[in-house]
Amino acid sequence: LTLAPLADDQELRQDLRLIAAMVPARSRVLDIGCGNGALIAHLARTRQCDARGLELDMSEVTQAVAHGLPVMQGNADTDLVHYPDASFDFVILSRTLQAVSQPREVLRQMLRIGASAIVSFPNFGHWRVRWQLLVTGCMPMTRVWHRPWFETPNIHPCTLHDFFSLCRMDGHRVAEWFAVDDAGRQTPWRRFPRLANIFGEQAVFRLTSN
Amino acid sequence: LRLLPPPTIVRLMSLAYAHETQCHATARFADGLVLECGQFIAPLDIAYTTQGRLNSARSNAVLVCHALTGDQHVVGPHPANGRPGWWTAMVGPGRPIDTDRWFVVCTNVLGGCMGSTGPSSINPATGSAWASDFPPITIGDMVAAQARLVFEHLGIPRIFAVIGGSMGGMQVLEWTVRFPAAMAAAVPIATAHFHSAQNIAFHEVGRQAIAADPSFHRGRYQQHGVVPERGLAVARMCAHITYLSEAALTRKFGRRWRGGMRDLPTEMFEVESYLQHQGASFVRRFDANSYLAITRAMDLFDLSEDRPSLADAFRATRARFCVVSFSSDWLFPTARSRELVRALHAVAASVSFVEIETDKGHDAFLLDEPDLHRTVSGFLSGVASREGVGN
Repeated sequence: LTLAPLADDQELRQDLRLIAAMVPARSRVLDIGCGNGALIAHLARTRQCDARGLELDMSEVTQAVAHGLPVMQGNADTDLVHYPDASFDFVILSRTLQAVSQPREVLRQMLRIGASAIVSFPNFGHWRVRWQLLVTGCMPMTRVWHRPWFETPNIHPCTLHDFFSLCRMDGHRVAEWFAVDDAGRQTPWRRFPRLANIFGEQAVFRLTSN
Repeated sequence: LRLLPPPTIVRLMSLAYAHETQCHATARFADGLVLECGQFIAPLDIAYTTQGRLNSARSNAVLVCHALTGDQHVVGPHPANGRPGWWTAMVGPGRPIDTDRWFVVCTNVLGGCMGSTGPSSINPATGSAWASDFPPITIGDMVAAQARLVFEHLGIPRIFAVIGGSMGGMQVLEWTVRFPAAMAAAVPIATAHFHSAQNIAFHEVGRQAIAADPSFHRGRYQQHGVVPERGLAVARMCAHITYLSEAALTRKFGRRWRGGMRDLPTEMFEVESYLQHQGASFVRRFDANSYLAITRAMDLFDLSEDRPSLADAFRATRARFCVVSFSSDWLFPTARSRELVRALHAVAASVSFVEIETDKGHDAFLLDEPDLHRTVSGFLSGVASREGVGN
């Protein structure tokens, strides 16, 4: 008996593979916005994690549960308050922060219920986004920001720079961070956040409470 | 057989299951059961069915709990009318609860009328049926009775999964509270941790309909050789409306007339004819006093009662939960399931939660609902692989 081949290592999205690499074996993990559960399936299988998921889209939830994954339908904005303090080692929010209605509160809740929070988000400061806005004068449409402004679920886009500022403001410690380029590779600008904010298509942060 | 030690008996029973994968039986516990109300009933009879085979590790048992008007005949055929069981969509070879893999046990609940001790059983003190003297029972009493069958009679130390919808789901929840380490998985479907005022209100209408039937004779109808058929049928009709959604009623019946005729003196909407049929067929297989006892047990159910919070009820649980609700179920709405899920979160239990989109209302758990089936089979497989159970 095996879990259905939902998430082979090859199929796992590049940014999820980078996130998975940050999670030690046998951790307790909550993946918020887990989609069809690819990451938690991977963590459970390859790292024996107690990995659970929260997902807003019911069809994704049904698919995940039908693959035997402990996923529940719920909303990051309203449901995190019901978890007790420090119930997870890692709380993961991948490519979802920009779509929640209270990003600041969601981050606070993540660090309340988890010892560490791993957050990935598409960087609105990427040069293509800047270039399009500058040249066309219209809301950018890129591979990552691919929905027109009037129907995008991404209501809170931010840049890498903005995110650093928010962490400073709310006292979250950035334990680790990196940017990911267009091809999904980790970029070498760790020591140059300004460059990362231009060339990083996505950003990945690991936060801990101060 | 009596000379053999109990484990041998159990082993002999396993051998019996090896060639016969279906079994109907009644277990008698002569020492009876002390009920939550303090009264004692003896003997305690529990009628049950099993499907599939218990493995040698005795680790593949799935307990299915039936709803208010269900019984132990999950797969059927039903002895009263020869029709298929109430959960053939879910249970059977190759079905989501696969009887080629799981040993499925279902008991007729305490208070029922299909062989387990209930109001139509003989009260040893009087030599006649308990009828209205049958003590008030609770969901907890039903579970206590099931537990005796599972642990003592079948010799199963730990159940793989406890599964049920509606009142069956209440039993599932009660199991996880009373025996927090006795199961790997719990699947409460279309249920709630308490019976709401609205739930109680609908039950009361049904009970009043039964009590108002001239054949009821304050519950002693058996002595008068009659059955309060009309009252019981009305109770069933009223309850049946609550099991369906408005959309489902519209889809199935709309405003159509039976036979397409309009101007006959017997003219009747299709929905009226359907409900009358539901009522009439129900009275042939269900006992009115059982209906009163079981509806009361549901009304009394409230897991948060006498506890600081609902979460405290689940503090010791080790089960992995899969909570399922249906979008058009207004009897046990999704909001109830969310409350349950929140309480489970508060104790850091492992929870899957799915609200299935359907217009079929509360009854959806009994019907052919592909998302429900995918959810249950996937969840069971997932838990089985994590726990290393099965095959």
